[in-house]
Amino acid sequence: MTAVRFDTWLRPTDKGLYCLAGDFYIDPVRPVARAVVTHGHSDHARPGHHAVLATAETLAVMRLRLGEGGGVVPQALAYGEQLRIGDVDVTLRPAGHILGSAQVVLDYAGQRAVVSGDYKRQPDPTCAPFEIVPCDLFVTEATFGLPVFRHEPDVREISRLLTSVAAFPERTHVIGVYSLGKCQRLIALLRQAGYDKPIWLHGALQSTCDLYEQLGIALGPLALVSEAQQSLAGEIVLCPPSALKDRWSRRLTDPVTALASGWMRVRGRARQYGVELPLVISDHVDWPELIATIEETGAGEIWVTHGREEALVHQIGLMGRRGRALALVGLEEETD
Amino acid sequence: MKLFAELLDRLAYTPGRNAKLRLMQRYFQTTPDPDRGYALAALTDGLPFSFPVRRTITSLVTRRLEPELFRLSRDYVGDTAETLALAWPEPAGPVVPPRLCEIVAELELMDRNALEMRLEAWLDGLDATGRWALLKLLTGALRVGVSARLAKTAVAEMASKSVAEVEEIWHGIAPPYLQLFRWLEGLAERPDVSGAPVFRPLMLAHPLEDADWEALHIEDFAVEWKWDGIRVQVAAGRHDARLFSRAGDDISRSFPDLMAGLNFRAVLDGELLIVRGGEVAPFNNLQQRLNRKTLTARMLADYPAHIRFYDALEIEGADLRAFTLTERRARLEEWYARARPLHSDISELLFPASKAALMQLWQEARGMSIEGLMLKRRSSPYIAGRPKGHWFKWKRAALTLDCVLMYAQRGSGKRSSYYSDYTFGAWTADIEGRPELVPVGKAYSGYTDAELLELDRWVRNHTTERFGPVRAVAPGLVLEVAFDAVQRSTRHKSGIAMRFPRISRIRWDKPAAEADRLEAFIQLIDDKI
Repeated sequence: MTAVRFDTWLRPTDKGLYCLAGDFYIDPVRPVARAVVTHGHSDHARPGHHAVLATAETLAVMRLRLGEGGGVVPQALAYGEQLRIGDVDVTLRPAGHILGSAQVVLDYAGQRAVVSGDYKRQPDPTCAPFEIVPCDLFVTEATFGLPVFRHEPDVREISRLLTSVAAFPERTHVIGVYSLGKCQRLIALLRQAGYDKPIWLHGALQSTCDLYEQLGIALGPLALVSEAQQSLAGEIVLCPPSALKDRWSRRLTDPVTALASGWMRVRGRARQYGVELPLVISDHVDWPELIATIEETGAGEIWVTHGREEALVHQIGLMGRRGRALALVGLEEETD
Repeated sequence: MKLFAELLDRLAYTPGRNAKLRLMQRYFQTTPDPDRGYALAALTDGLPFSFPVRRTITSLVTRRLEPELFRLSRDYVGDTAETLALAWPEPAGPVVPPRLCEIVAELELMDRNALEMRLEAWLDGLDATGRWALLKLLTGALRVGVSARLAKTAVAEMASKSVAEVEEIWHGIAPPYLQLFRWLEGLAERPDVSGAPVFRPLMLAHPLEDADWEALHIEDFAVEWKWDGIRVQVAAGRHDARLFSRAGDDISRSFPDLMAGLNFRAVLDGELLIVRGGEVAPFNNLQQRLNRKTLTARMLADYPAHIRFYDALEIEGADLRAFTLTERRARLEEWYARARPLHSDISELLFPASKAALMQLWQEARGMSIEGLMLKRRSSPYIAGRPKGHWFKWKRAALTLDCVLMYAQRGSGKRSSYYSDYTFGAWTADIEGRPELVPVGKAYSGYTDAELLELDRWVRNHTTERFGPVRAVAPGLVLEVAFDAVQRSTRHKSGIAMRFPRISRIRWDKPAAEADRLEAFIQLIDDKI
């Protein structure tokens, strides 16, 4: 264990994780002068900061979703490029969560901390894969921090979906997906599986799909449900999870409701959403990946930002490392 | 096991009947023998084992999983078997998953003490869905929302046969049903089950509509009381007798007191009742006896079972189904006078002299705690299914009371975006004497599609709280609820339960404060228990 405590230069505060040595926050939940943002999901990329450092893709997402609130002085930093802020060297490395998502690597006084944001290890055609960065302190999420959470390989889940589409050609398959990341990943996975028909979208998903395409992620033919001239029987429709229960879904033909989320692993959760076809597709690490990642970073100290931290901290103890639950506020359990 | 596990998984989440049939048919069409036959047995509760797995699971958890992590997981998942299935360590290398037929074959002969070791090995060879399905299979209760009849319908319709054709031979064939599938696939004759006590599909009645009443000539019909029990078929052969429910399920095991008396050769149609001192007890008495695995002597004494016969399909080897009701009834009476089986009698015929007298009988039914009347055409043969114009059921008029909507829940399937299930309450007073609503029942039928839209809108606009799929609403909408009867209930705060409640009218005009009080329900309790 290193002599200098990490607390002297990096610490959790009620605004988020604060780097004293560089005077900036990582994914702050309230407006600050200087923010480093790991990715564009709304619980990490909040409005109202002055200077914002992030990947160009994350900045583009923030501009799209927050407009003026996306930061007065945005600054793009490419993966692998190093920037000195105060006494700290800052580098961004791919986190594999969504397009543009980054781990923030902080080097200070011979110590290295990696703030991973949200991340996953399964390959994803819509974003750069997670990179292991050896470090002393690893800051991790624990969204799926229980041994019951193991995400099936996504190809298996896509094949379950396509089997169901073939079995019920007179029904519409409507899949609840988070609009940023999950939506585009599901489309890309369907394309990889050879599905080349138009995929129908709820209006709320269009702008993020457009953005992905502008940023070079090809999604194939897409169409809006609101502009459908024919019955959508036999088609695949994507919508935000909330629309599954909404009056909006009544226009679909005898729909098979599906939800693509890591929570679908647990029956009680799947039933709570009332879905007929739960698909275990997640943009977060599952339990075995969490443990493997912690191992691979070699970090002696692990901070757990949000999720089911109790079980993970217990596990970290079993692994002979120091674990600490930060209980950061404002990081939500999404429908992921 | 993999295909079977995937089938169960999908069925458990699928609300629609047609979708369930489709899923099962795909499975039966694509799965080889004998696996599909054992799957059919599992879906029709026909596997000859059930293991109490709780202790085995606890022991496996202790040996194979980290206790604290398991505890936290169990707290989150809420079900021990599911937690075990999800958290079980994944196999390190490639495995050969066990086949369903191998598992069933071993379980049939398994000693309870050997279960844990075999189960552990099987769990190591399966994925999470497979492990979940295996644990369900062991307990003998799949609980995936499929009745035995629906599973039989699935196999029958695979070959464009009617479920009745499968039901007729069902109790003469056994898992893994090789002959059945060969017949359905056109590779063999229909299995010959003559001589075995098998179920014959029942003849069912239509509700009496206004037009039927207008057209009715009283001299053409035999009239009986409509008894408030469950419809059963007694199939007694030379060596064996069975008691079948109306769906063809074998319920003999729950009624050893009746079975002892069935030492004759006949297939009879009748009503299963609880009769105490010559009096028919209310239906909830019979519920005490249904679906019980273990029966105590006390239960047999307190709830004595009885069969009231009203028709005969076969007597001493002679098939009577082509005969008229009049002839069948004469044969039944003649036979009964000779055989006099224990705990049974014959449903008496009523002879109203006119339609006016018939109407009066119907009106008297409620006062006598009888469910209504049955009108059966005297010239009808015994026809399986629900043929039109032969048998009518004429239930006593429903009771109605005005209730206040309290909670609404989203439906499932086609109704998943609609608040279509309604919990309603009646007024009473809290301890301090202030008016308070207590829930008295729940209904999800009786309204039209147009009314459903209006109700859904009203619920969305008057929500006060949300609990998952349920919304609490402000007490502002009165529903006229029709129901058949009120019973005491210790399970509900109101102390009552309604039988067959449905929404009969939406009283947009009526202020909530003027809805009925709980006392009005209590007065209607049929208190003959």
